[in-house]
Amino acid sequence: MMRFLLLFSRQGKLRLQKWFTPLPERERRKIVRDMTMMVLARSPRCCSVIHWRDLKIVYKRYASLYFCSALEDPDNELLALEVMHRYVELLDKYFGNVCELDIIFNFEKAYFILDEFLLGGEVQETSKLLVVKSTEESDLLQETMEEYMRKPAF
Amino acid sequence: MPAVSKGDGMRGLAVFISDIRNCKSKEAEIKRINKELANIRSKFKGDKALDGYSKKKYVCKLLFIFLLGHDIDFGHMEAVNLLSSNKYTEKQIGYLFISVLVNSNSELIRLINNAIKNDLASRNPTFMCLALHCIANVGSREMAEAFAGEIPRILVAGDTMDSVKQSAALCLLRLYKTSPDLVLMGEWTSRVVHLLNDQHMGVVTAAISLITCLSQKNPEEFKTCVSLAVSRLSRIVSSASTDLQDYTYYFVPAPWLSCKLLRLLQCYPPPEDGAVKGRLVECLETILNKAQEPPKSKKVQHSNAKNAILFEAISLIIHYDSEPNLLVRACNQLGQFLQHRETNLRYLALESMCTLASSEFSHEAVKTHIETVISALKTERDVSVRQRAADLLYAMCDRSNAKQIVAEMLSYLETADYSIREEMVLKVAILAEKYAVDYSWYVDTILNLIRIAGDYVSEEVWYRVIQIVINRDDVQGYAAKTVFEALQAPACHENMVKVGGYILGEFGNLIAGDPRSSPLIQFNLLHSKFHLCSVPTRALLLSAYIKFINLFPETKSTIQEVLRSDSQIRNSDVELQQRAVEYLKLSSIASTDVLATVLEEMPPFPERESSILAKLKKKKGPGAVSTELEEGKRDGGELNGGAERGVDAAAAIASNASTPSPSADLLGLRSAPPVGSAAPSASSLLVDVFSEAGPTAPSGVMDDNFLRFVCKNNGVLFENQLLQIGIKSEYRQNLGRMYLFYGNKTSVQFVSFSTSVSCPGELQSELNIQAKQVEPQVEGGAQVQQVINIECLADFLEAPLLNIKFRYGGALQNITLKLPVTINKFFQPTEMSSQDFFQRWKQLNLPQQEAQKIFKAKNAMDSEVLKAKLLGLGTALLENVDPNPENFVCAGVIQTKAQQVGCLLRLEPNAQAQMYRLTLRSSKDTVSRRLCELLSEQF
Repeated sequence: MMRFLLLFSRQGKLRLQKWFTPLPERERRKIVRDMTMMVLARSPRCCSVIHWRDLKIVYKRYASLYFCSALEDPDNELLALEVMHRYVELLDKYFGNVCELDIIFNFEKAYFILDEFLLGGEVQETSKLLVVKSTEESDLLQETMEEYMRKPAF
Repeated sequence: MPAVSKGDGMRGLAVFISDIRNCKSKEAEIKRINKELANIRSKFKGDKALDGYSKKKYVCKLLFIFLLGHDIDFGHMEAVNLLSSNKYTEKQIGYLFISVLVNSNSELIRLINNAIKNDLASRNPTFMCLALHCIANVGSREMAEAFAGEIPRILVAGDTMDSVKQSAALCLLRLYKTSPDLVLMGEWTSRVVHLLNDQHMGVVTAAISLITCLSQKNPEEFKTCVSLAVSRLSRIVSSASTDLQDYTYYFVPAPWLSCKLLRLLQCYPPPEDGAVKGRLVECLETILNKAQEPPKSKKVQHSNAKNAILFEAISLIIHYDSEPNLLVRACNQLGQFLQHRETNLRYLALESMCTLASSEFSHEAVKTHIETVISALKTERDVSVRQRAADLLYAMCDRSNAKQIVAEMLSYLETADYSIREEMVLKVAILAEKYAVDYSWYVDTILNLIRIAGDYVSEEVWYRVIQIVINRDDVQGYAAKTVFEALQAPACHENMVKVGGYILGEFGNLIAGDPRSSPLIQFNLLHSKFHLCSVPTRALLLSAYIKFINLFPETKSTIQEVLRSDSQIRNSDVELQQRAVEYLKLSSIASTDVLATVLEEMPPFPERESSILAKLKKKKGPGAVSTELEEGKRDGGELNGGAERGVDAAAAIASNASTPSPSADLLGLRSAPPVGSAAPSASSLLVDVFSEAGPTAPSGVMDDNFLRFVCKNNGVLFENQLLQIGIKSEYRQNLGRMYLFYGNKTSVQFVSFSTSVSCPGELQSELNIQAKQVEPQVEGGAQVQQVINIECLADFLEAPLLNIKFRYGGALQNITLKLPVTINKFFQPTEMSSQDFFQRWKQLNLPQQEAQKIFKAKNAMDSEVLKAKLLGLGTALLENVDPNPENFVCAGVIQTKAQQVGCLLRLEPNAQAQMYRLTLRSSKDTVSRRLCELLSEQF
């Protein structure tokens, strides 16, 4: 089971944090600090797996964003890389050419898509079509740009 | 502004996020956030009822602020309100907020649970999924209490939508992991297994995670899943890459499902049904074959997905550990990966090979890759890959390649990354000890270790080399010579000085004949390091000096001079000063005889698990040691006729040389507990205190524990509500010393405490026992120690009796116990060749010289346990002597004052019948019979 998934930028700014087991806030902050320090320090040639405490950290960089997941001992590292890749693909399909800004401004969508894909740290649905379909159902109330601009800013 | 705004984007939120991003400093950001918080608070408190959209927007802003790392202390109620909105997007934000900011506020939990309950009952699949996601994300006990009964029903109901089933399965898994007691097995469990047959691949993918977890806990109940999993796997593996449509990932059919199926199978032994097993082996072979096919895509996703399945298949093959052909194929495949250009594959191959190395079928195949692994250790750029290479070398090490591997690891140590040096040092030390055929090589290796990486050599390592040198008299001269040479180096590590001080103090006399290492030169060499050393090392050196006075009377005046100098006798450190004063006094008052007794050579250390191994286990954590343990087990008993020998030298020397006290022997207590309860020789006093609380004792002679001490020397002899008696003993030739520890378990003082040891009947002429008196009071919670000296005059049958009397709260307590002094304690192990053994066996052919017993096994017939026991008996365990490798043969000589009795032993286990045949032959009939009697109770 995956324990957590973090997305952070090259500057170490956290963009998304998903914890699959409850942890006190302090502990979470410490982990985020450790992960960014550890992962950002590695050169591109290094392998994507790091043993950390009793977990296996698997990470991958996509453009300016690092995807970093923590696995339990029996979990498959290569598959975890592909879990992250599939997540990128899902974001990409939803946003169309996803970039870091999409995740910043539509963070809630990034969480919703993740919930459709992974639940409780396990893969729930691997079909790209199905995940995106169920996410888009929430967008049934599509609004026009005009409507959007008319909404109050505060 | 957002690059894309999909769905019902919230403009206010986007503006706020932009503002935050434009903040130039942390202060500006905090200011902006505070402004926003004030705004939101006023909106929530305002009189005007907020519409759903605004509520959603503000809740979402709060969530954003929280995710930035700021505390949020309001808004929960508004989020809960959103849950009951019938607009999906509002509900969704409400759930997201709740999932991220779990609040233990019970009032709120009740409201949340209520909303979830409504959504679960709504029959609207999207609402149901949202509710299930929330339960899975929060996973709290309150939620488990509320929903653990409901979710299984949703999961197996016939009319549940597929997407809901998927969420329900994983949600239930989450609850089962957090509160297993609340998820009750029932009628649904059998139906869950059949989800493996579901048509919808997504449902299978989700359900299998749940099934795997449940199978681990209740294997019996779920074992029908094995054949279902095999047939599902077989269908996937044999499908064409396009058959599974959207479940094909970069030309690999259903990689997630395949891996999960292979993982599920790892919860079970190989299928018993031949057809199922055949099908599975076929699958595994297909997976291995596919690895050899040219890739269908150059994308890394293709190769990752394909290899993920391959690694999972290899894990299963290793788990079964029964198909030599597959194991070797797996090993060859991993061997190819060792040279792959993808760093990840090299890393994982090294790691996976580590486990293959522990299988008897593939150990040899793994060994063929030694050169590649060594080159990985030298050339890999990534330290974590090098670390795996070092792990693999450690795992593949055996007698045949130990020298090469140890040499490579040593040379790697010179440049190794600091983060892994300590572990490397431990590994080198363990390998050097485990595979030491000749001990001079062992000594060289450890001294090299200290030279190269002295800072990383922990105490355990240098204690251990001393333990071994003390216990092996054939290496003592060599050790003294080598350490003397090593100390010549102008800058040598302090650990080297410690080893040097100890060894020269004990065995300096062995090289004193050479004028180049005369006593005075030895002393001057040691003393030249003195001033550069820390206090503990100086203390050790002082002890070495007093030992020198005993070994070489001619150095006495020089050393006394040193001890007398102000820098010693007035040293500001209390310990050093005390040693200097006491040693000086001792050397001037005591006669040579007294001095010789007090400063006698250290006795051999009793058997104990290697403290280094214990340290490595601790370092690696409980999860990671399994391979180490298996390693240890596989090779147990290779060294020294008792691989697990030794105590800590430091304790002995650090305590005053004139009063050797085993209670100062703290390190042993710190070492890890023995491997399972099955290794009695490895137990230490403290461990036994925890593991075996004895029953309350009735009066009369008690001997329940007596037989437990036949094959071990330390442990708890007796325990009741008042008193615990621990025992530690050591034997050498026909002499023994036993330390009894009387622990008062109450808070009240024992008075009139007295003990006596008696030898009933004939034993009086066979054993000579002297017990020191103990203090008549034992304070509450305190422990007193008693030393008993034992001399074996002639072979004996009975056991001495220990009588303890004391008053506790006015009542007289009277306890009599058998002291576990048995004839085998006076064994000296004897190594001999196969030919010698059988020749002597034949010579002892008189009927009365042999004692034989055939008996049923009382415990599991584990050969490692048997070995440990036979070693604990005190004999030498002779390997490769008996033509049948299942049998054990041992040889030893019992030392009594009157005579020596040679004994040969043969133990033939019959695993099918769960029986043993034990045969003893010795030159004395009573000895054969007694040993047979004692030993037949041990297995």
